[in-house]
Amino acid sequence: MKFLLVDDSRTMRNIWKKVISSLENSETVEAGDGVEGLNAIKENGPVDIMLVDWNMPNMDGLTMVKKVRETDKTTPIIMVTTEAEKPRIIEAIKAGVNNYVVKPFTPDALLGKIDETLKRAGQTA
Amino acid sequence: MADEEKKQVNPKLIAAFVNSTQNVLKTMVQANSKIGKPAQKFDPKPSYDVSGIVGFSGEVVGSVVISFREQSAIDIVEAFCGEKLDLHSEDFADAIGELSNMIAGNAKKDFGLEAHIGIPSVIIGTGHSIARLRDVPCVVIPCTSEVGDFAVEVNIKQVSCVPA
Repeated sequence: MKFLLVDDSRTMRNIWKKVISSLENSETVEAGDGVEGLNAIKENGPVDIMLVDWNMPNMDGLTMVKKVRETDKTTPIIMVTTEAEKPRIIEAIKAGVNNYVVKPFTPDALLGKIDETLKRAGQTA
Repeated sequence: MADEEKKQVNPKLIAAFVNSTQNVLKTMVQANSKIGKPAQKFDPKPSYDVSGIVGFSGEVVGSVVISFREQSAIDIVEAFCGEKLDLHSEDFADAIGELSNMIAGNAKKDFGLEAHIGIPSVIIGTGHSIARLRDVPCVVIPCTSEVGDFAVEVNIKQVSCVPA
């Protein structure tokens, strides 16, 4: 299971990696903003699931999701962000996000959302 | 605007930071925290030497500074990241920024207003000053926790018009 982790905070990417490492056969590709995220997809090929922060320099997560969805309608995307207001969540879902995790989160909550998202997409973690 | 209006800070905004701080500490650092009585301050210097700063825009403008004692910052970052980090490393500043970002973002959801947060900044060093809004007081929320003490310094105001 290949994850693309997009967050400008290396601390947050490391926390995600620790959580994901509990899943079998997981591997990760990292990016520090939306531009790097799009480049990572071009350079590394398709991934199985993406975790994307919203507020980032250069290109935010919402813009990145919209650009991904121009060509890729199926890869599951989970937005992991401090943006917790309902209108923002709706905006993200409309942009093509499949699931949403609000920071702060527990490891179990993140794993639960990953599992739920993959099941909806017909995959298993 | 009358002086009386200028000096008021909406208690709902302060309560949002109290709840947010305890939630973030509990969830990400697994630490219980106690909140002291909020007080106004006028000194531009933050309470301690490590500052995580997040700006607000939209219907709420200003900033919040999460101000840590140096040792508290070291201990809280260790609990947050699961490893001890050097105070002067990029990763240490990144961790303080992310904690500050979570506290600000989690508070924002309870404002009930159209507000946005910026990318966090981090300053580490003795005696630094923070430029703040002058027409509203800075409200300091003292926090004690199992992993160290810190203060949440809220200097924000609600604005009725959102600039185009």
